[in-house]
Amino acid sequence: MNLTINQALQDKIEQQYQRSSDFALTKEQIREIIARRVAKEFKDGDVVTLGIGLPTAAADYVPEEKHVIFQSENGLLGIGKSQSGANPDPHIINAGGGLVEVQEGACFFDSATALTMMRGGHIDATVLGALQVDEEGSIASWMIPGKLIPGMGGSMDLVVGAKRVIVAMEHTSKGEKKILKKCTLPLTAYREVDLIITERCVFEVTPDGLILTEVNPHFTIDDIKASVTADFKVSENVKLMEI
Amino acid sequence: MKKIVSAKEAISQIKDGATIMVGGFLSCGTPDKLIDELVAQNVQKLTMISNDTSIPTADKGKLIVNKQVKKVITTHIGTNPETGRQMTAGELDVELVPMGTLVERIRAKGTGMGGILTPTGVGTILEEHKETINVDGKKFIFERPIGADFALIYGSKVDKYGNVTFHGTTRNMNTIMATAADTVIIQADELVDSINPDDVVIPGLFIDYIVINSGENE
Repeated sequence: MNLTINQALQDKIEQQYQRSSDFALTKEQIREIIARRVAKEFKDGDVVTLGIGLPTAAADYVPEEKHVIFQSENGLLGIGKSQSGANPDPHIINAGGGLVEVQEGACFFDSATALTMMRGGHIDATVLGALQVDEEGSIASWMIPGKLIPGMGGSMDLVVGAKRVIVAMEHTSKGEKKILKKCTLPLTAYREVDLIITERCVFEVTPDGLILTEVNPHFTIDDIKASVTADFKVSENVKLMEI
Repeated sequence: MKKIVSAKEAISQIKDGATIMVGGFLSCGTPDKLIDELVAQNVQKLTMISNDTSIPTADKGKLIVNKQVKKVITTHIGTNPETGRQMTAGELDVELVPMGTLVERIRAKGTGMGGILTPTGVGTILEEHKETINVDGKKFIFERPIGADFALIYGSKVDKYGNVTFHGTTRNMNTIMATAADTVIIQADELVDSINPDDVVIPGLFIDYIVINSGENE
């Protein structure tokens, strides 16, 4: 770890922000910071599959000039905004069951084709929430034995097949650490994650382990260290997250 | 010409202990009238293969709530708390399968293949007790074909030859399930004389019985 860079970043933080010891983000702020940051990962022309919940919010922050096509495991390429109006069409839904419109150029297909896109390497990026993620890039997101077993749906296929796997999640869960040396919950996939985005920081997953590339200016690198069990290196180009 | 029957007639063929496949993603493209009839006839000890178990008050969810299912093979049960409750209480056997694996296992049955090799689940608990095969240096899990006695599927329009078209996101597993059961019953919103061959999604040969949702055959 390069201490000089740490100190420089720390000084910058101190100059720009008045940090207070009781600083806390609301759920809404957390959601927005993550969704905004995730949206920056999409390139013009990308086909992207978003997980249910927080990841779905990223679609709202894609700038209009960037054309991103959203795919859904229930058989839709070109998801539009939520349906509104007097005559909703119950036969067009997204993977969360919400009624949606379709974009120009959209198409419908069956589950076999949807999963061919996902498992077969035809999706540019996927964004998923997680219960845990570890320094090897493994992800756990589908069950807590004895407590919560919703099932994996199409997530296991997606994580194995998508060209880029982005985990977008709250940094901790009720104080529990989620970025670990090794996941303790049953895995969704082994070593498939490329990027981890939380409200506090961004980690790239590399063959050499995690690299911290961005930090929320309200937090220090020591805060990040204290809130994960994973080992990580700090990038030479570490930046402040735009929030 | 296919047999156009009432939901009651179609479902009366299904006996206790049968294995059924049910199409639909949540309630979209789900043959709800056929399921209502399964509930009405109170067919018991079913094994159900479906994408999900819907919500407790709708279609597939009603079968769970009414305790007509002894085993469900599915991808996601998070939308139906009753499925989870019965599973935890040991009343219902739940086999969770990744969506892509489930659909390809069904397709394997329909297409006469001996199984599939999938990278999905490698390095996870899904690999336990399964045969793995190395192909060109990459590890795959071997999964067996899966079929059913009956497939209950949905279509938007069907013609008297059994050809089916779809509107919106209603295709989901319906197209694949149509190929993998001994008897295939379709619930369609509309019966037409014929469908333009360019537009047919499920070829009529896969369909055995047609139930029209208008209720005119009841």
